[in-house]
Amino acid sequence: MGSGLGKFIKTLQLDTRLLGMIGAFLLIAIVFNIATGGTFLTPRNLFNLTLQTASVAVMATGMVFVIVTRNIDLSIGSIVGVVGMVMGLVQAFWLPEIVGFGSPVIVIVTVLVGIGLGMLIGGLQGWMIGYLMIPSFIVTLGGLLIWRGAAWWVTRGTTVSPLDPTFVKLGGASGTIGVTASWALALSGIVATIWFLIHTRRKHISHDFAVKPVWAEFALGGIMVAAIAGITAVINAYEVPTRVLQRRFERAGLEMPEGYTEAYGFPISVLIVIAVAIAMTIVARKTRFGRYVFAIGGNPDAAELSGINTRMMTVKVFVLMGGLAGVAAIIASARLASAGNDLGTLDELRVIAAAVIGGTALAGGVGTIYGAILGAFIMQSLVSGMGMVGVDAPFQNIIVGAVLILAVWVDIVYRRKTGEA
Amino acid sequence: MTTPLLEMRNISIHFGGIKAVDDVSVHVMPGEVVGLLGHNGAGKSTLIKILSGAYKKDAGEIFVDGRKVDIRSPADARKHNIETIYQTLALSDNLDAASNLFLGREITTPLGLLDDTKMESESRKIMARLNPNFKRFSEPVRKLSGGQRQSVAIARAVYFNARILIMDEPTAALGVHETAMVADLIKELKAQGLGIFLISHDTREMMDLCDRVSVMKNGQMIGTERVEDVTEDDILSMIIMGKNPKREPVTA
Repeated sequence: MGSGLGKFIKTLQLDTRLLGMIGAFLLIAIVFNIATGGTFLTPRNLFNLTLQTASVAVMATGMVFVIVTRNIDLSIGSIVGVVGMVMGLVQAFWLPEIVGFGSPVIVIVTVLVGIGLGMLIGGLQGWMIGYLMIPSFIVTLGGLLIWRGAAWWVTRGTTVSPLDPTFVKLGGASGTIGVTASWALALSGIVATIWFLIHTRRKHISHDFAVKPVWAEFALGGIMVAAIAGITAVINAYEVPTRVLQRRFERAGLEMPEGYTEAYGFPISVLIVIAVAIAMTIVARKTRFGRYVFAIGGNPDAAELSGINTRMMTVKVFVLMGGLAGVAAIIASARLASAGNDLGTLDELRVIAAAVIGGTALAGGVGTIYGAILGAFIMQSLVSGMGMVGVDAPFQNIIVGAVLILAVWVDIVYRRKTGEA
Repeated sequence: MTTPLLEMRNISIHFGGIKAVDDVSVHVMPGEVVGLLGHNGAGKSTLIKILSGAYKKDAGEIFVDGRKVDIRSPADARKHNIETIYQTLALSDNLDAASNLFLGREITTPLGLLDDTKMESESRKIMARLNPNFKRFSEPVRKLSGGQRQSVAIARAVYFNARILIMDEPTAALGVHETAMVADLIKELKAQGLGIFLISHDTREMMDLCDRVSVMKNGQMIGTERVEDVTEDDILSMIIMGKNPKREPVTA
């Protein structure tokens, strides 16, 4: 990195770890793009990547809080399993008998049941960790076995399928919002970003704090706007295959106009990830709860002496993690349009890896939401890319494991160099 | 005699079979610095932790302005304007100065979100008064020196209008210059009418800063003396032998 570029990054106050992760993703993308003869970096593949990342990304944001408070949660994959099964039962067997097939009530109740059950399980585990003082590793290791067993027990191992058609849309594979809505969303995101930058600058000036030079604000704003617009453009470039469109017109008894095209736009599951990411970032940075999460991670004794109820905080963090596992169960089962008792298997490891690759320190106190999501995306890129190139499954695991260790080692070296503990 | 700002009467606590604090009474007047001395394990820190709400006493009573109060948690202690500065520098290392200063008592916007700008601005104001050299507001406190960190801890107490300040070895981790800075600060706070409990192993420092010193040994109170009535040697023999030679001549 030249000193000019280094200075540029410093003036913009860009997070170097974020840049490192983007760099890592680009490297992976370019290597696989060459290896696959140009299919990796296509809108279609990137669209699928976001779909595949969604459920892990949602849980990774919660795992940041869990790890920052010096805990771990090994049970989330199994929570996804049991919640998925219960939601399958609720929407396919119980509710249709009460409210009738295809009723909109089904989706709403199913989603609430799923998130509620996840929070309940999380709360139970959090209570054992916070109040009974059983280490989180043990409680959630037990949970890993218990909830996976429970997932099997719910239906005696049978897979529930098909699921409610509206519910399935939440998985994103068949639920997208179209080009216009995607651009409208991107535009509101851009407006919000610009407003936020201006608001922050004004507030800092009003308190006589040092601010970035105006050109740096413009550069930063420009990068962010370009990122939002760029991602939207890529997603919107993934067009619905012509034969699918043709069939749709035929079914409606119409002739498809010559040269007609249509794109999918953002999948609903990806919108859920974006919403969760924004909400969790606000919680982490702008609420008492988030501040206490980090305070506990930095020094649990100091937090307690400051009057923070650290035990209750532990319960709340696990309730949140459980709720997000519920959301992930919705996305994962909806994407597959079925609920099997192996849903979410090994997700805990993917999620922990995503958080750690994203810069969450296992010693506690340090971690970011965007880092965890990017970490999830990088992991999935690696796995998908290897699948596309035709790497054998066992060899894929070897590489993913090695990359995880390498990423943490690089992180340790980085922290040592920058003086972060 | 005027009412003490704070009084702890007949305090006892035991851990298992060990009486860590055994029927101890101390008090502090407004504008007074009371030193607590004794070996490690004498019970000073335990006594102080009862006052700050970290431990729950088994027996005894606490009075603020002559009124009996119930302190069961750090939050209770803060409610009675009792603030504590610990020897272990009880700060969250990963948070910046303002976040630490306001930890547990954050300023929020009308929407209930943290108002970091306001908190930093307030931190700048209080630090300008206490430690004008302090400039590193946006860095995690782990990157600060011991003295800078201690000034954050003291600023926290001062900002929230502490009336009773407990300082558990506030200078133990500091260099010479920083120790002098903290000593000046203690004198200034005393002049403002705060009642201060000071724990230290440095008897000379105690003679310099305190009005009275109380010596503890094995969980019991050996005695409390005005500093002008005793010499450093008297205090040392109280600490080591558990008696004041002036009052009970040591018989060979």
